[in-house]
Amino acid sequence: MSRPASPITATTRSGNVALVAAAWGIVGVLVVVPLASVFLEAFSGGFGAWWATLAHDADTRHAIWLSLTVAPVAVAFNTVFGIAAAWLVARFRFPGRSLLVALFDLPFSVSPVVAGLALVLIFGRQGLLGPTLAALGWKVIFSWPGLVLATTFVTLPLVVREVLPVMESIGPEEEMAAVSLGANGWQVFTRVTLPNIRWALLHGVVLANARALGEFGAVSVVSGHIAGVTDTMPLRVEKLFQEYRQPASMAVASVLAGLALVTLVAKYVIERRVEAEARERQAARAADGTAAEGAGQR
Amino acid sequence: MIALAPPPHAPPSDAVALAPVLRRRRSAVLPGFWPSAAVTSLVVTTMVILPLTVLVFRAAALGPAGFVAAAWTARARAAYGVSLSAAVIAAVASSFLGLVVAWVLARIEFPGRRLLDALVDVPLALPTAVAGLVYSALYVKNGWLGQWLVPVGIHGAYSFLGIVLVLVFVSLPFAVRVVQPVIESLDRDTEEAARILGATRWQTFFRVVLPALAPAVVTGFALSLARALGEYGSVVFISGNMPFRTEIAPVLIVARLEEFAYAEATAIAVVLLALSVTLLVVINVLQQRLAASGH
Repeated sequence: MSRPASPITATTRSGNVALVAAAWGIVGVLVVVPLASVFLEAFSGGFGAWWATLAHDADTRHAIWLSLTVAPVAVAFNTVFGIAAAWLVARFRFPGRSLLVALFDLPFSVSPVVAGLALVLIFGRQGLLGPTLAALGWKVIFSWPGLVLATTFVTLPLVVREVLPVMESIGPEEEMAAVSLGANGWQVFTRVTLPNIRWALLHGVVLANARALGEFGAVSVVSGHIAGVTDTMPLRVEKLFQEYRQPASMAVASVLAGLALVTLVAKYVIERRVEAEARERQAARAADGTAAEGAGQR
Repeated sequence: MIALAPPPHAPPSDAVALAPVLRRRRSAVLPGFWPSAAVTSLVVTTMVILPLTVLVFRAAALGPAGFVAAAWTARARAAYGVSLSAAVIAAVASSFLGLVVAWVLARIEFPGRRLLDALVDVPLALPTAVAGLVYSALYVKNGWLGQWLVPVGIHGAYSFLGIVLVLVFVSLPFAVRVVQPVIESLDRDTEEAARILGATRWQTFFRVVLPALAPAVVTGFALSLARALGEYGSVVFISGNMPFRTEIAPVLIVARLEEFAYAEATAIAVVLLALSVTLLVVINVLQQRLAASGH
């Protein structure tokens, strides 16, 4: 794209049209039609009917509320972890560093169902900590803490994956300058590091939040599917579907799909900011380089 | 403002004297190693290592014979077969379709390109339960697409084909996003040279372009496969979950859990985990190769 197509390698116009049509066909059938049908089916009875199926069902109301409380807690955990882990890996060299980076990605490769089962084996009634938790009267599995743990596990890589590359590309020079000028750790973080990584961090938070709201497999295993207690929005979609209440199921699904679209818009805006800042950094670095070269020649 | 007085633990405050020291061990002066190491190791240990270790130990406690008896029942073997074959077919389809979409996005200017580019990310943000619900509604007999497809014998819901369809949906972004930047970075001079030397368009594509893209396509395939193997949310809606026919391994794990058959659920989970970890190692090697080849 950076240069005009050469007349020799330029494909024919009809060839291009066919390829673009094929791409639209692929994305159309796989993405656009399903997405459109969620909203069309959900609003087929009009806005009033849609609102009534959501608002007049106590279990659905609770599911929406539960999802909106579990996701931020899991995202908060991931934000703290993501920043700490990125700082550790980007700024220090220590044995086992690359193994640690591989471990960050592990939750992406593990089936969410397997993750949920592992949590049941630790915190469940017959689990490793089951007797201890029972003695203390704490409930993790089939309860809110289990939902948070499962959600945190599946979203664990998302923040660190966005922050780490940006932190690495910025380099430690500004932070070292701040330290040499006498800033303490907190000052370095809030005044130098955080402003530098803020867009990448926000990007990670948005992605983690979307995944947290939509998580199904891991949450399904630990929730116990208690309507009005441990059913999150995606679990409510499944339950309504199993009860042959297709319109209600579609209504909840449309809320989730709407949240996904909001996420994508936010992601798009943030990505443009991240790219713009990366370009600025490169330009500044190039300017530094030429200045240094000039000084060297003189 | 940042206080200019040197902190008590400050290294020699002379920046010039500090510079060579910094270059050698640049991290030594930055604060926060221990706090960040503590948070990171605590989270990784409790959230990742501990659960997976417990899982493996629980399975090991069954003993070799017990493990095989639990993990290798006829129904479990059928579930691995369905999981693997559906994931492989879906990953192949995703790689091919993703290559077309990535090529169009990277090489052709057309109105609506940005929209198409944004739509590719939808499967990453859309909850899988929503995808499963909608796909099953679209492909049943009286659904939007099913009303045309079912009469000609194509059953996209409650069938093996349905599993493949949703797996292609969830894995498409991985296939596109790995290949797209590599196409953008391809040197067009080579293609030009091939054409000048008399290669046809197809020869250029298969002999010049495709070999350069191969590492990226293979990486995209592996990522799609890993995603497809573990997928549960969307499949459970569309597959019908018939044992021996359309039951994938994660669905069988949930079914066993609901029967409180923990041993069997754990054993199947460990088989699935071993597959995922193997794939993760393969992906890491592939990505290192990809990085080494300059992308």
